[in-house]
Amino acid sequence: MRQFLIVAPILIPLAATAVTALLWSRPAAQRFVGLGAAVALFVATMALLAEVISGGMLVGQMGSWPAPFGISLVVDHLAAAMLAITGLMGLTVAVYAMGPGAKERDRAGFQPLFHALLMGVTGAFTTGDLFNLYVWFEVMLIASFGLLVLDRTREQIDGGIRYVMLNLVGTTFFLLAIGLVYGLTGTLNMADLARVAPDIENQGALAAVGVLLLVAFGAKAAVFPLFNWLPASYHTASMPVAAIFAALLTKVGVYAIIRVFTLIFAHDQALFGPMLGIIAMATMVVGVLGAASHYDVRRILSFHIISQIGYMLVGVALMTPLAIAGSVLYVIHHIVVKANLFLVAGAMQQVGGTFALKRLGGLYAARPLLGLAFLIPALSLAGIPPLSGFWGKLVVIRSSLEVEAYVLAFVALAVGLLTLYSMVKIWNEAFWKAKPETAPEPPAAWTMTQRIATFTPIIVLCGVTLTIGLWTEPFAAFSITAAESLLDREAYIAAVLGTNPVQLTEAVP
Amino acid sequence: MPASFILRVAAPLLLWVPLLVSFYLLVRGHNAPGGGFVGGLVAASGLVFFAIARGETAAIAVMRLSPASWCGVGLLLGAGSGVLALFDPASGYLTHRWWFPDLPVKLPLNTAFIFDIGVYLVVIGTITAMFFALVAED
Amino acid sequence: METLLALSIGVLVAAAAYLLLARDLPRVLLGFVLLGNAANLTIFAAGRIGTMTPPLVEYGATALAAGAANPLPQALVLTAIVIGFGLAAFALVLVMRAYAEFGSAQAEDMDAAEGPDEPVSPAPDQDPVPAQREAA
Repeated sequence: MRQFLIVAPILIPLAATAVTALLWSRPAAQRFVGLGAAVALFVATMALLAEVISGGMLVGQMGSWPAPFGISLVVDHLAAAMLAITGLMGLTVAVYAMGPGAKERDRAGFQPLFHALLMGVTGAFTTGDLFNLYVWFEVMLIASFGLLVLDRTREQIDGGIRYVMLNLVGTTFFLLAIGLVYGLTGTLNMADLARVAPDIENQGALAAVGVLLLVAFGAKAAVFPLFNWLPASYHTASMPVAAIFAALLTKVGVYAIIRVFTLIFAHDQALFGPMLGIIAMATMVVGVLGAASHYDVRRILSFHIISQIGYMLVGVALMTPLAIAGSVLYVIHHIVVKANLFLVAGAMQQVGGTFALKRLGGLYAARPLLGLAFLIPALSLAGIPPLSGFWGKLVVIRSSLEVEAYVLAFVALAVGLLTLYSMVKIWNEAFWKAKPETAPEPPAAWTMTQRIATFTPIIVLCGVTLTIGLWTEPFAAFSITAAESLLDREAYIAAVLGTNPVQLTEAVP
Repeated sequence: MPASFILRVAAPLLLWVPLLVSFYLLVRGHNAPGGGFVGGLVAASGLVFFAIARGETAAIAVMRLSPASWCGVGLLLGAGSGVLALFDPASGYLTHRWWFPDLPVKLPLNTAFIFDIGVYLVVIGTITAMFFALVAED
Repeated sequence: METLLALSIGVLVAAAAYLLLARDLPRVLLGFVLLGNAANLTIFAAGRIGTMTPPLVEYGATALAAGAANPLPQALVLTAIVIGFGLAAFALVLVMRAYAEFGSAQAEDMDAAEGPDEPVSPAPDQDPVPAQREAA
């Protein structure tokens, strides 16, 4: 059963990709299969999370090859949480994608690509092997390329070019780094790497490889100064696609940074800690300033993804249990809130006819519930108590104060304030002010089914945000458990390699 | 640009010879250089030749299913080849099984071969899909 | 052998860097392909070069013969080549699409995604391009 559980998050989207591709010429059947697979993935990831909470870390050796020779799948607390949230996002976005525009999207191949993307994401969260991580990155990347240019409009092709070119170079750096890691250590299994890394003679070269990995993951996570592709492309995608991108793609990069730098490079914290701290601060500031300068809902939200990535890196930068717990809590909260904001933005466009703030207006008068659905994630993003973002920020700032990183704490607070400014800007312009005369006509009326498909996910995600905010205790406790297990490298190594790891017969230079 | 007369007449040859070679490569790949990926590439090149000679529509007619569906079948075969192992609690996913029945002809009777067929189909589907997308630009 | 490989990797990376900085998108794409090859060679060299014996298990044997080459880098490189090939093919299709759309393959002629917020781009359903495509 455990063997099945650990591969289920990969197998379910894989099967869904295959079946929907097989039904290429029948979009209606594809949608049915896609929704079923999203439900199955959600159930499977929740079962996996429950299993990890009750029974601890799950390890699977693919093809029964003993680690470190085969590919290991490892699901610890952090991975299980990320998988569960991926399941939730997959389900909500799959439902949302049945709203307006569903027919065109499905005819262009949305379903196979969407599930291939989910497979790449779940694979990246599950794997315990560096090269396998690269493969999942590429699965995710190819699927995201296809999704981004789904409508083949001018903007999408332009945005697609930027996204594709920068990400291609990023992953090639990852591949280079993998070659160098293998040359230095003779292994690519992450647990085995964690075992041998502190004893490598040439620590300088290992640190250089670490920086190369940081560049590769940083490009994926859109950290400063490698973030340019994100605001150039995300806003061009169709709304369900933008929502799933915003929720998951950058977070896979963050997850890879957390995993690799807590596991393999933890002994070199003196080098990577300050580096990550500076990157985190610069990322927060640049993202929030970029958002302040824009007047298009999607572009504001895109820039806020970047700024929030900074908070998530604080944990790895400080490497204390509390800081890492803060990062974990922040990632979980952020995925829910950010995806929800993009979903709300799609609904705003459906009601107001545009994403441009100058031409929007009067949405609160027209749709008070939509206003409320915007306010919950927006205020949560800005960190207003008692919503989920407040607790995330509280833990992050408290942990930086504990290690006397006052600049970091100050930047985090100031960026929170500027986030509030952006959110208030959207509220004032789109919801509060009177409808301007230049306001476009909203697109044709939508059917009841489309409304249900659009608003159910929004309401569910609002509910999740409120739950994390008002009933934080279990989430905070979980984050601390996850952080402790991340810092307990010995347990990870023992779980993957067994208590008596196979020694390579030939000594690795 | 219409293909030359010679090319059009030779098209079936250009299709079937690579397909036969690709089968050989696929079966041989079990214990020697070759395998699903190389075989798939050769088979796809045969289909691409045929598409150049007789046009896309004729090539799709030969393929029966759309390239995406070929990928779908291949993915299902590849993923399915490992599922058997899940019923054995001791073995991980994708643990392959071999059978050695006493037959006059040596047959690759194992689940790894199913995986290879899956790769073969996915490669054919992907390459032809890419080719059709490139051709559709003109 | 390692020196030769290191030198060729260096040349490939240098050429790739030069091409990646070009304004012309097909050149950027070629740069990516070269960089990918450099990365593959790096993995190959990381597996230690020393023997020319292919890592094939002889019929009837249960393990590799002593002195066979390291099979792992070869497997990794094969995987990376396949992935790189797929990515390059996709990027090529995208560049060709962009060329058809913008009438140019120069990066600075592409200005649709990052224009100012006002005037806003037309909604997707008013976009003439998909309509033209439908008609075609």
